[in-house]
Amino acid sequence: MVSGASEQSGPPARPKLAVYKFSSCDGCQLSLLNLEDELLDLVEAVEIAYFLEARRRVLPPPYDIGLVEGSISTPEEAERIHQIRRDCKFLVAIGACATSGGLQALRNWADVREFTRAVYANPEYIRTLDTASPIAAYTFVDFELRGCPVNAQQLLELLTAVLMGREPKVPRHSVCLECKRRGLPCVLVSNGEPCLGPVTQAGCGALCPGCNRACYGCFGPMEQPNIRSLGRWFSERQERSPRTLKRLMRSYNGYLEPFKQEGDRYEQIEQGQE
Amino acid sequence: MNADDSVRQFLPKASLEALIAALRDQGYTVLGPRERDGVIALREVHAAADLAHGMHDEQAPGHYRLTADDDQLYFNYVLGADGPKRYLFPAQQRVVQLHVEGQRFVMDAASPAPPKLAFLGVRACELAAIAVQDRVFGADDPRTFRCEAELSYCETRRNAFFVAVNCTRPGGTCFCVSMGTGPKAERGYDLALTELRAGFVVEIGSERGREVAAQLPLRLPTEAELELADIKLAQARHSMGRTLQTDGLRTTLARNIEHPRWDQVAKRCLSCGNCTMVCPTCFCSTVVDSSALDGGSVTRTRLWESCFTHQFSYAHPGPVRHSIRGRYRQWLRHKLSTWWDQFGSSGCVGCGRCITWCPVGIDITEEACAIAATPSQSNSPFAEAWEGEGEAEAAGEVPR
Repeated sequence: MVSGASEQSGPPARPKLAVYKFSSCDGCQLSLLNLEDELLDLVEAVEIAYFLEARRRVLPPPYDIGLVEGSISTPEEAERIHQIRRDCKFLVAIGACATSGGLQALRNWADVREFTRAVYANPEYIRTLDTASPIAAYTFVDFELRGCPVNAQQLLELLTAVLMGREPKVPRHSVCLECKRRGLPCVLVSNGEPCLGPVTQAGCGALCPGCNRACYGCFGPMEQPNIRSLGRWFSERQERSPRTLKRLMRSYNGYLEPFKQEGDRYEQIEQGQE
Repeated sequence: MNADDSVRQFLPKASLEALIAALRDQGYTVLGPRERDGVIALREVHAAADLAHGMHDEQAPGHYRLTADDDQLYFNYVLGADGPKRYLFPAQQRVVQLHVEGQRFVMDAASPAPPKLAFLGVRACELAAIAVQDRVFGADDPRTFRCEAELSYCETRRNAFFVAVNCTRPGGTCFCVSMGTGPKAERGYDLALTELRAGFVVEIGSERGREVAAQLPLRLPTEAELELADIKLAQARHSMGRTLQTDGLRTTLARNIEHPRWDQVAKRCLSCGNCTMVCPTCFCSTVVDSSALDGGSVTRTRLWESCFTHQFSYAHPGPVRHSIRGRYRQWLRHKLSTWWDQFGSSGCVGCGRCITWCPVGIDITEEACAIAATPSQSNSPFAEAWEGEGEAEAAGEVPR
């Protein structure tokens, strides 16, 4: 429970919210700013103490709630996260980068120095880690909110729950339940798409199937996913290659188990075929 | 068939419009099969042109495709994933909303009046499924106290008008003949149609149906039309995509708790819950409480839930059914075996939706058949307890 009560006289102070950015695209921070209908209520309920994307003013720590977007990809980030952990009472990793390493964790299978040589004119100025990692790989986080980007309503539910001192209601089941509740046609069954919905955690409200597109797993693995069985169906019935299956696994949450294990397995099969 | 020919009427094809108009005039929201993104979905129709027609559905385990077909036929397809369940028992429904006034919680305005729905093109298996849900939700016994959401079901159900369409071309995953629920609607409808190229043979199933029929340009069918309708239905009975041998199945499944087949199907099952979402008898729900950011109001929402989630069987030490094997086994045995103990009927009506819409094509008839073919008797510590039930079933007694 986060207490907003102040020992000083006058109106009780609001709980302080801090929002941090690590290696990321800012999309999750934007999800918070996109809560247009609720934004006024939100600033009533919490004090925005540190949120560089939204306001210049910075209040000193400690903060009651800290939201961290992005992966840890540089030596500076690997240091900075420890101070943030000390500054925040309740620390939440938000988004695929912060909870799995994100798209940039594709470097974890490659030589990052080779990339910098290929991309930058003066690669010697680039200080980066060999791997991109989730926040929880470096420090304890109180909660992880999945998604690329996070779902704004889930973010609101998280903040409301933390302010009320209750457990956030975040389902761990498949996307299919949300898809079927909405009455959407199944793109896997009726269109032969390689939809990852049956192994992916819900929370997006079946966003992509709602646009007649296959789920690409941006909320990461659901509870106890049976990826092996779904992969077998894609390979035998949809004639998808091991390379396609590897790339399906290795996207926004490719470094998160058990997506990682299955992606690695398809890579081995792919290499065995060559 | 066995219907009394003197009460059968004929509705010319062009007058389907008149049926929709008559229902709308009586204040019904008419819901019928519409094509949506390559799938037949149950949605509101304003005119006959809205209905999917000239289409044929190809259904197989984990496979569904709509293709162009005889343009003169409206109902030459069977079921999509959607059914009347979506409207009688909505996937998401607000149960209660409270707000804070001073030191108290005050309940907000009551739920809106139940909708007045007319289902056009509902199939025999769906009517059978509605009868199953009636027993589950207590719509068949108004004396029983029921909670809010079930009241909503009962009221919507009582208001609903059903225009059944008898199946003349069953789908590839259909097995209603095995379950004794189709392909011809025998009860539970207000009007029933059998489609021919020129029109529909109409049967009247209720007083409400008679009132609507009185407004339609009906004529007496010719003998040839009646004979053709009967032939089409007889053919349908023999062209089921699947069969399920139900004799003794209830007992076999009850006894085979530790059958190796459960391990095999668990390797395939994704535990994604699609089968339960599309099943017309699955009735499980969960309630989710949410609160406003300022703590000034709370809402309780009921959502379709599935026995394939961890949350479903979550008790203090964690999920009780913690393996996919346990969850699939619970679902299949509930449908075909323990449903009898709980509600006095089968929980499966043979619509085949769970087979078509399983992303990896698991077939309930194949799984049940595999266990019935190689029963491993008495390998369960609970097997003894089922012995008596099996005898009761063999004697034709159905405990309630």
